[in-house]
Amino acid sequence: MTTAVKERKLTVARAMAEAVAQEMRLDPKVFVMGEDIGQLGGVFGNTRGLYDEFGKTRIRDTPISETAFIGAAVGAASDGMRPIVELMFVDFFGVCMDAIYNLMAKNTYFSGGKIPVPMVLMASTGAGYSDAAQHSQCLYGTFAHLPGMKVVVPSNAYDAKGLMTAAIRDDNPVVYLFHKSLQGMGWLGTEKGATVPVPEEPYIVEIGKAKTVREGRDVSLVSLGAGVHHALRAAAQLEKDGVSAEVIDLRSLVPLDREHVIASVRKTGRLIVIDEDYHSFGVSGEIIASVVEHDIGMLKARPQRVAFPDIPIPFTPVMEQWALPNADKIVAAYHAMHKE
Amino acid sequence: MTQPNNSQRLWMYEQMLTSRYMEESIERIYMEGKTPVFNMAKGPIPGEMHLSNGQEPCAVGVCAHLDAGDIVTATHRPHHIAVAKGVDLNEMMAEIFGKATGLSGGRGGHMHLFDGRVNFSCSGIIAEGMGPAVGAALSRQMQGKPGVAVSFIGEGAANQGAFHETLNLAALWKLPVVFVIEDNAWGISVAKASATCIAQHHVRAAAYGMPGVFVENNDPDGVFRASGEAIERARAGGGPTLIEIETYRLAGHFMGDGETYRPEGEKDGLMKKDPIPGYRQRLIDEGVMTEAQAEDIAARARGRIDEAVQFARESPYPRPEEALEQVFV
Ligand SMILES: Cc1ncc(C[n+]2csc(CCOP(=O)(O)OP(=O)(O)O)c2C)c(N)n1
Ligand SMILES: [Mg+2]
Repeated sequence: MTTAVKERKLTVARAMAEAVAQEMRLDPKVFVMGEDIGQLGGVFGNTRGLYDEFGKTRIRDTPISETAFIGAAVGAASDGMRPIVELMFVDFFGVCMDAIYNLMAKNTYFSGGKIPVPMVLMASTGAGYSDAAQHSQCLYGTFAHLPGMKVVVPSNAYDAKGLMTAAIRDDNPVVYLFHKSLQGMGWLGTEKGATVPVPEEPYIVEIGKAKTVREGRDVSLVSLGAGVHHALRAAAQLEKDGVSAEVIDLRSLVPLDREHVIASVRKTGRLIVIDEDYHSFGVSGEIIASVVEHDIGMLKARPQRVAFPDIPIPFTPVMEQWALPNADKIVAAYHAMHKE
Repeated sequence: MTQPNNSQRLWMYEQMLTSRYMEESIERIYMEGKTPVFNMAKGPIPGEMHLSNGQEPCAVGVCAHLDAGDIVTATHRPHHIAVAKGVDLNEMMAEIFGKATGLSGGRGGHMHLFDGRVNFSCSGIIAEGMGPAVGAALSRQMQGKPGVAVSFIGEGAANQGAFHETLNLAALWKLPVVFVIEDNAWGISVAKASATCIAQHHVRAAAYGMPGVFVENNDPDGVFRASGEAIERARAGGGPTLIEIETYRLAGHFMGDGETYRPEGEKDGLMKKDPIPGYRQRLIDEGVMTEAQAEDIAARARGRIDEAVQFARESPYPRPEEALEQVFV
């Protein structure tokens, strides 16, 4: 009789914390800084347990001084440490973007590649629970637009751990954007599909590699983070209509795995990009441009995007839920792409 | 030093009570739909909720010196200040519910309350109100118009860059602005002592050549005196002041906060120092009000909040597509 060993499932929050803990055990140069990341374990749970194991010198609660501690991380990274810093909500980039894009993202280049900046900047993203326009953004496009920093966006706990391990070991600055609805914190309403089996041992999910999470023939649904789960639900709905949808999880924005997307669209001939970030000047436009630029002849229908309208994120749930991407909108986009 | 007179003290008491009743109502309604599983997105009031219980003295002591024309910028914990500044309670409550009749038609919510009629606004980004307060003060100075601006912040905000930049600018240009730190000793789970290299923030005023004042014990009359002097100086062209008020956060950082980081017994100790029963007793002991008057005040405050809740509950939600409107004027 074979008793299947019950696979251990983790939430994204715990998978992130596990990756950090394992790397901290291996490398004394890894340390964490941020607001409420110590005894509290992070507002979104992703540093839980670290304070107890590693103590306050390596798990450092900071003052509300993002410019100071992100700038400090750059300096520490350039001096041989491997800091992980948390910007509690990506929306707060406004008070510290200089440290991020003029410093963290440019020092490697300024030094002609001689002074690397091996650090991870993690930040929560995402809307859906009425936290309004200063606590709900994704800003994927904003970060991916600016050269000099890698950008990863996990959609599930397996990738969350592997991408975190890869990010910590990477000699370049990596922006690690985790969506609040995937964290597995009950109070944020949790996407069940994000809590998946996670190996105990350390492993890497290579940065810059997309993944086909569902095979299909008729349309490519390309997304990232929470959008992947909307896409999977849409694919299930489309299947009932006899449409076979492929779902691609980008996982990294920088570098962007264009080849993977192009290969999928070559097969399906149709493309819908799902992005919770703003509609214009962002990920959805970039993906569509990458395909069209490569070979416009692959497309059997107009590409579509299901993204957040170009408005600040409204507080009231009736407006917010109306504006957010969901499976129904993706299905509707599929049907719209064939209309003249 | 200007002492509050009897009617000012009664006004302060009534505003404190109104604010507390508002928070108690919100606290109760917030939990509707959020049990047994606490999910922030659910119920008539979704999203984050930062209650101001315990911090009422800061709001009323300052706002007692302001009129509708003066400017106030507040924080992510704004309700007590909004009440004391005279923000319309019905529309404020409706905004917190996300209703069409809310201050912003439901676009802003509890952290983004804007009432131009009384020059009140707030923001969910730490220290973000400081720049606009300085700018409003500059505008009054340049236009030769009367009025002062008051920027409320938490003690955690004093470690943000904007704090230092705005203090310098305000002092450099001698602007009619007053900075008020509500020191509740906590920034979410991080104690002030673990976040700040000095014990008190008001001494930082010296670095910017402005007076710095400390008000201890969360005392409404003490806040009244300190802010009265500062606001008078600002109105007279004497430039900015930094006021730090020792206050208490009687609730969690936000609703749903388990507060496991608080040292054992701290919360119980603070509850005993709740400023509202304390002030009530003082006003009675000093003959400022009778028990009967206190009951009248309570009934009036309760009535305003009940009306606001009813207004909010009965108001319609906006149409979803209205989300696209008012991005620009
Ligand atoms: C720039 C910025 N960083 C971090 C946060 C997250 N945050 C919200 S409230 C808070 C603590 C604020 O403490 P304090 O200023 O003392 O105000 P209190 O909550 O005690 O009223 C933090 C860190 C934020 N909103 N903005
Ligand atoms: Mg505080």
